Amino acid sequence: MSKTDVMTPRSQKLDHALRGGAAIRAPRGLVLGTPASWVRRGGLSKLLFLLPLLFVFGAFSWYPIVRLVLMSLQHTNLVQPATWVGFANFSAVVHDPLFPIAVRNTAEFAGLALVFGYPIPLIAAVLISEVRSRRGLYSALAYLPVVIPPVVAVLLWKTFYDASPNGVFNTVLGWVGISAQPWIQAQHSALPSLVLESTWANAGATVIIYLAALTGVNRELYEAAAVDGAGVWKKVWHVTLPQIRTVLLITMILQIIGTAQVFIEPYLFTQGGPANATLTVMLLIYDYAFGNSLGGDYGKAAALSLMLVAFLAVFSLVYLRATRSWSSE
Amino acid sequence: MRFNIRPMRPIRIGAAVAAVSLLALAVGTASNASASKKAPTVTINVAALIPGSTKAAVAEFNKQIAEFEQQNPTIKVNGVQYDWTGPTFAAELAAGTLPDVFTVPFTDGRSLGEAGQLANLTSYVKKLPYFKQFNPAVIAEGTDAKGQVIAIPTAAYAQALQYNRQLFSEAGLNPNDPPKTWAQVEADAKQITQKTGMTGFSEMGANDNTAGWILTTLDYAFGGRMETGVGTHAKADFDNPQAVQALQMLHTMRWTDNDMGSNFGLSWGTSNQAFAAGQIGMFISGSDVYTNMVQADNINPSIYGLAPIPLANNKNAGVLGGGTLAAVKPTATPAQIAAAMKWITFFYMSPLVNKQQAIRNAQTLVANKQPVGVPELPVFNEKQYQISQSWIAPFINVPLKQLSPFNSGIFKEKVIPEPEAATQAVYGDLDSVVEDVLTDPNANIKSLLQAANVTGQSSIESGS
Repeated sequence: MSKTDVMTPRSQKLDHALRGGAAIRAPRGLVLGTPASWVRRGGLSKLLFLLPLLFVFGAFSWYPIVRLVLMSLQHTNLVQPATWVGFANFSAVVHDPLFPIAVRNTAEFAGLALVFGYPIPLIAAVLISEVRSRRGLYSALAYLPVVIPPVVAVLLWKTFYDASPNGVFNTVLGWVGISAQPWIQAQHSALPSLVLESTWANAGATVIIYLAALTGVNRELYEAAAVDGAGVWKKVWHVTLPQIRTVLLITMILQIIGTAQVFIEPYLFTQGGPANATLTVMLLIYDYAFGNSLGGDYGKAAALSLMLVAFLAVFSLVYLRATRSWSSE
Repeated sequence: MRFNIRPMRPIRIGAAVAAVSLLALAVGTASNASASKKAPTVTINVAALIPGSTKAAVAEFNKQIAEFEQQNPTIKVNGVQYDWTGPTFAAELAAGTLPDVFTVPFTDGRSLGEAGQLANLTSYVKKLPYFKQFNPAVIAEGTDAKGQVIAIPTAAYAQALQYNRQLFSEAGLNPNDPPKTWAQVEADAKQITQKTGMTGFSEMGANDNTAGWILTTLDYAFGGRMETGVGTHAKADFDNPQAVQALQMLHTMRWTDNDMGSNFGLSWGTSNQAFAAGQIGMFISGSDVYTNMVQADNINPSIYGLAPIPLANNKNAGVLGGGTLAAVKPTATPAQIAAAMKWITFFYMSPLVNKQQAIRNAQTLVANKQPVGVPELPVFNEKQYQISQSWIAPFINVPLKQLSPFNSGIFKEKVIPEPEAATQAVYGDLDSVVEDVLTDPNANIKSLLQAANVTGQSSIESGS
């Protein structure tokens, strides 16, 4: 069937109308006419119902976005009158020696989270879906870290990461003859340590999504695969993954967007240290705005925020276009 | 950088008897004048108790407000909970939600003033009878590069060597004879770790400007300076020989002697916490941190020891000082600024110059089980400081004998203000240098300092 042959219910309705059915009418309440008729048709009540929503979105979403764009073009400490500086803030951010460090660390965090953090929930979900009993218990256990408030989780892991030989992880390593590790106290191991905690903290939510997706896979496909002699691995590769590929693609882009905005872990664990080894883009934005008790460089913070938004928007667009054919197959 | 700002804590630094009478006169005259004219009521919000204060402290504060309002019938005072921390202060400053009267550390005073974020108090301050009594070095902390007074110093401290007397004893060291040279500090730290397994010497290494603050302290102690000049024309000089020497010492203690423990991300509060828990032999912080260790960390007083920072044999060597400033919001009206000045005089300054007020505050602290007699530096001069100490002598509850190395030594040392230009940013730029030295055995100290110097100069020139 060619693309033009596709007839959705909506287009069928339109087709019917065009072929001599009912005259084309705009939705009720939106028909242009006199103000009186607009009110009579319920336009005013609709507007009244919309107003709270418009106010909330306007005040808390749209206005801050517009303000952010304006602020990125200003030099301001929010006390004295702002001065327009054009694109100077963007230039200052790009020339800041910390900028490439933050970008590199963020990319490294996202990469590590993708390599290690992305498959783990999937594996966990497949394993949980395969067990015959206590599936609910395993699901709850997988989700448990998500319930723990992030600050509490980080404080907990801080004790795990105690770099002394008496630290929790180091004690465990000591049992198997491995020497104490510096964890978040060394430049080379700080970022991977943050990824480890982040994966633990966030995997549960993705596991639940995958479990839901797995229930939608037709069991007959597995039976057919078994008849064809497929083992567990081949079933997963040829049945499970293709069947839930749309969910996989969505969770991947959500994870990339989420890790590109990582803030809680570096802020609470290391504040970007040691020696900027865990400084991320979001933390740099925070530092620009609030890292200095004198009142920060809000223009630079706004500029870097916009740069991050623009990058993620473009990345998402490219990603969705690149994977469109796969997800709609 | 974190400082222990305690708006409610009474300050025990005295002033001359003449100042007392002048002050009393000024307060009385101003109050009577205000009352007789029946000027319209002006309302000011003032920084009050820290969140979580006891009921007794709240009651005492409210009593002081009532007393002030009785003296000044045209002024209404609202107490607002306030606790200075870098990030919350920045947010409140930007949002315009700071009270009309608040406190900031010396570190920030000048930079805030130069950025127009504090009210200009010059014309009001110069009328105060005690203005000329201020220690010039201390009032300079509240004066910007244009000579405008933008904040009033209310308390001052010097950086000091905090040491654990119990660990000294366990390591076979004499707790009554703390180290007087940096070589002794190194040797004692090594001995503490070897004999007790605890951290011999700890350096704040957090990425929150504290690491840079302590490195600057060390630099001063060796005779160096992190910058020269004032304002945006100042020059960063991070890679001075004394800074290299200080970092080299830290590198040796960290990587050769291995006596700096395993946590290199300690900050102001967490250092106090670890010290109070008996995990640290020595570390550097303000002479007044004992208060925080009592309030927040339940320190066993018997382990606490305080000594002056050892100074290198260099004529420029000195002790980095700091303190607290009372300031007024820049959006305050002239009437509010005038009222704020009366409040600052009443609340912050009168305990320094008024025996009755000093005693009353000491009694309140004792009743709240808070330390009285924690070492500070004179806001006015040493003589007045000793006078005020004599007023509150019956109420002093800190282990004075254990503080005697500091109290007897500090007045012989030269106290030097913090770097003037872009102070917080300079500390922030130095943070990563300290962190690098403590976490990378191959850290190239000279090149790290040179790289930080470039960003530091940029911070200074941008006036951040």
